Amino acid sequence: MLLRHTPKEIVERKSLTVNPAKTCQPIGAMYASLGIHGCLPHSHGSQGCYAYHRSTLTRHYKEPVMAATSSFTEGASVFGGQANLLQAMDNIFTIYNPDVIAVHTTCLSETIGDDVPQIFGKAKTDGKIPEGKYVFHASTPSYVGTHVTGFANMTKAMVDYFAKQNGHKENRINIIPGWVEPSDMKEIKRITGELGIDFIMFPDTDNVLNSPQTGKFEMYPKGGVTIDELISTGSSSGTVALGGLASGPAAKALDSKCKVPCKILDLPIGIKATDRFVDTLRKMAGVNVPESINIERGQLVDIVTDMQAYFYHKKVALVGDPDQLVALTEFLVSIDMMPIHILTGTKDKKFEKKILSLTEEMPHDVNVKSGGDMYLFHQWVKNEPVDLLIGNSYVKYIARDEDIPFIRYGFPILDRIGHSYFPMVCYRGAMRFLEKILDALMNRIDRDSSEIEFDLVM
Amino acid sequence: MEALSKKRIDEEKVSLDTDEFMDPETLKLEILSKYPPKVARKKAKQIIVNRKETEVKYPEIQANVRTIPGIISQRGCCYAGCKGVVMGPTRDIINLTHGPIGCGFYSWLTRRNQTDPSTTPDGHNFMNYCFSTDMEEREIIFGGEKKLRAAIQEAYDIFKPKMISVFATCPVGLIGDDVHAVTREMEEKLGITIFGFSCEGYKGVSQSAGHHVANNGLFQHVIGLDNTVKEGDYRVNLLGEYNIGGDAFEIERVLNKCGITLISTFSGNSSVDFFANSHTADLNLIMCHRSINYVAEMMEKKYGIPWFKINFLSAGGMSRSLRKIAEYYGEQKLIDRVEEVIAEEMPAVKKAQAEVRPRLEGKLAMMFVGGSRAHHYQEMFREMGMIPFCAGYEFAHRDDYEGRQVLPNLKVDADSRNIQELEVEKDPERYNPRISAEEFETLERNGIKLRDYEGMMTDMPSGTIVIDDISQYETESLLKTYKPAVFCAGIKEKYTVQKHGIPMKQLHSYDNGGPYAAYRGAINFYHEIDRMVNSKVWDHIKAPWEKSPELAARYTYRPG
Repeated sequence: MLLRHTPKEIVERKSLTVNPAKTCQPIGAMYASLGIHGCLPHSHGSQGCYAYHRSTLTRHYKEPVMAATSSFTEGASVFGGQANLLQAMDNIFTIYNPDVIAVHTTCLSETIGDDVPQIFGKAKTDGKIPEGKYVFHASTPSYVGTHVTGFANMTKAMVDYFAKQNGHKENRINIIPGWVEPSDMKEIKRITGELGIDFIMFPDTDNVLNSPQTGKFEMYPKGGVTIDELISTGSSSGTVALGGLASGPAAKALDSKCKVPCKILDLPIGIKATDRFVDTLRKMAGVNVPESINIERGQLVDIVTDMQAYFYHKKVALVGDPDQLVALTEFLVSIDMMPIHILTGTKDKKFEKKILSLTEEMPHDVNVKSGGDMYLFHQWVKNEPVDLLIGNSYVKYIARDEDIPFIRYGFPILDRIGHSYFPMVCYRGAMRFLEKILDALMNRIDRDSSEIEFDLVM
Repeated sequence: MEALSKKRIDEEKVSLDTDEFMDPETLKLEILSKYPPKVARKKAKQIIVNRKETEVKYPEIQANVRTIPGIISQRGCCYAGCKGVVMGPTRDIINLTHGPIGCGFYSWLTRRNQTDPSTTPDGHNFMNYCFSTDMEEREIIFGGEKKLRAAIQEAYDIFKPKMISVFATCPVGLIGDDVHAVTREMEEKLGITIFGFSCEGYKGVSQSAGHHVANNGLFQHVIGLDNTVKEGDYRVNLLGEYNIGGDAFEIERVLNKCGITLISTFSGNSSVDFFANSHTADLNLIMCHRSINYVAEMMEKKYGIPWFKINFLSAGGMSRSLRKIAEYYGEQKLIDRVEEVIAEEMPAVKKAQAEVRPRLEGKLAMMFVGGSRAHHYQEMFREMGMIPFCAGYEFAHRDDYEGRQVLPNLKVDADSRNIQELEVEKDPERYNPRISAEEFETLERNGIKLRDYEGMMTDMPSGTIVIDDISQYETESLLKTYKPAVFCAGIKEKYTVQKHGIPMKQLHSYDNGGPYAAYRGAINFYHEIDRMVNSKVWDHIKAPWEKSPELAARYTYRPG
């Protein structure tokens, strides 16, 4: 047994976290920063932080993840990190020549109280920021919130620093995709394009963290939102924010700063959430939904029609981030599956309520927790086994110990590929989700059925 | 060794795609010219073209100095060296990270250390778990000691471990939580060994500080807890072997075959039970000099156990190290057995070498990794006929480059001074000199030098390039200038290198491979490098239309 010290009996823990279902803010900030074209993320803290974040993102994407650090020593930790950040900006612009440096703080620089805007002011006065180049920052203390908070804070910082009104509203929509994969961002862009809508997406990691093998390393790949586009978000006619936790703060900031009205929606995972996304876009932009999208939607519903026997009342346990889990729970319930254990490490007041309301009519009790850990999640599974597990790569230990089919979904995925290339959002993404669910469940049927029952046609 | 000049490179049929083989000194100047003056002055001392000046003297390299802010370095932090590297691979201790969630999360199962819990009777294995106090804002404001105390209690109540250690992260040091006081108090309360590490991420200049902190903790709290003496004629500890990809298993196999008894490995496939009586061993063998020489030094002083350096990576290194051990003991029985084992193991190795050599001969390899592996792997590449042309460490010190004879001249700077040096004295009861006073005095036994490490630069020909704490920019320059056949570093470098169309082998975590140690490991490694360098994928990078973009004539398709 891999997790041989996990008993079925649940004892309440108040202080000890075991097998976290979350990580810290700065990695989310780093991921969001990579969605800006020509941007070098910068970690203002000791170099271990950036090493860990780069390593984790690199393992997840199998792509170069470029970032820099203030490399605090004990001296900097006592006297403040101003000198380190000033030197870092000078070195970065001289050697690595990005268009923009996105600074995020860490528990170290936050605890000592470094004032990053003041340091930027000093850098400007000292002429350390070249003409036409930008620096901006997000405050991302690791001891507040989780990786999702860090993503949200960095995305909001893009608005705070760059968005400007140009006096009139352009016929254009901002899309804040939330913490989804580059493939998902690409799919959201495709759908919006199919609707014939002019849009700006930020952040946008498509073509950054899924870049092609060309034999040439590009430190700043082709993708990413540009600073000019970020500035223009302030004069768009509306914003669609996907995922309240990850995208909500940036959308609200755009509204209050530049009077760009916003709709905050669930991530477009599954039929209903994608319907709401497409319908919102249609109404906001005043366009008709083209036949091509109706066909995709119809194909998705067709799969559910044909394969409903395999979904019906199958029990699922999910662990991940709140925005994903809310949308995924709705999707699973909508195809007659039963998500019965739903846990996130991120604390979110509305999460438990939302999940309970989504599963209200389901003929089964539900375990739900925000701010939990995977140790508790595993204990739930031991107490009430499920037919399917959905979560990040760490769930494979539970899947193996309990011998339960498992789909990798979420962050991080350290042991499979696909997430950066093939979306799980919108109608096509939902079709892929169903394919994965069916593969997992039907492989298990094939494995477990007797020679007599073994079926060619399923 | 002869200078590796342009001429010599030609003679050795080095595969260089560049038209002109750039002189390393010229490249160094080119790299430095890109840097701001202050950075260039510092980096000039860290980029060295190796030249053997006298029989023992190599150029001085600056190492173990601060990473420059804004320079993209490979390095991590003190916590990573302490918790991740040294303490992480031991299965039956609860390693509790005291800090915000990230540090514990990122060091959870990411280093590919293998372990076999079936070899300790209680079967404890906490390595698949991550334990953290998950400090939040209120602990940063009001202090986290209360939560730490409660977390230790909960860990004890639920898991009943025999040992708990606590790791301090950056904010813990800043807010003044005393992990040592809390662990002392809980040790008394719970009656098991509990101790803390002051391994805040900002300490020192790299992971290296964390290795030292971990060594001190092991020495003070674990080594010597159990005086049981294991049976065996030649009883050794293996220090600085972390069982990544199963290296330690393969080493154990060969040592067992030779009749050498392994008391404890620090720390791969390891148990605190093995650490506890490791002071009863008769000899310490040092694999990774950088990360663990402190324990060897302290065990020698306190218990009288001599140590010397070995290298079990590469078949040649393995055989030489086994012979060194046998010579040290000086017993014919062991000397003969070692020769028998070598004779048994080598035919398969030779066969594998002969198989890959024609495809790898004369090709360039570069390795920038760790604190010892950039040296350990050089012989492995030479055994395939490849040329280790550029190398450097991520977090080593000058002695790892130039040899331990430079130790008396090392300056202790402010960053090193804040890492505790333990005052160690002879144990009044347990000090037991394993060799004569004269041998300790001359640091030699049966012709084997003790307490000695000659460093990496002595093993590299003149004209090769050595870079300490290589930066992303320097990596790029080397790749573009010399187009090596393979580049070795860690996960952060992996895909930047491969985007160049150059295969990249991780020498920290071994990608998905291993073992690479000892004989079977060497065979695995030869095949691995052969696979990477000669993979078909490198032919697919350019599409046919990119190879010949100009159309010579229009082709018209006429059906029928």
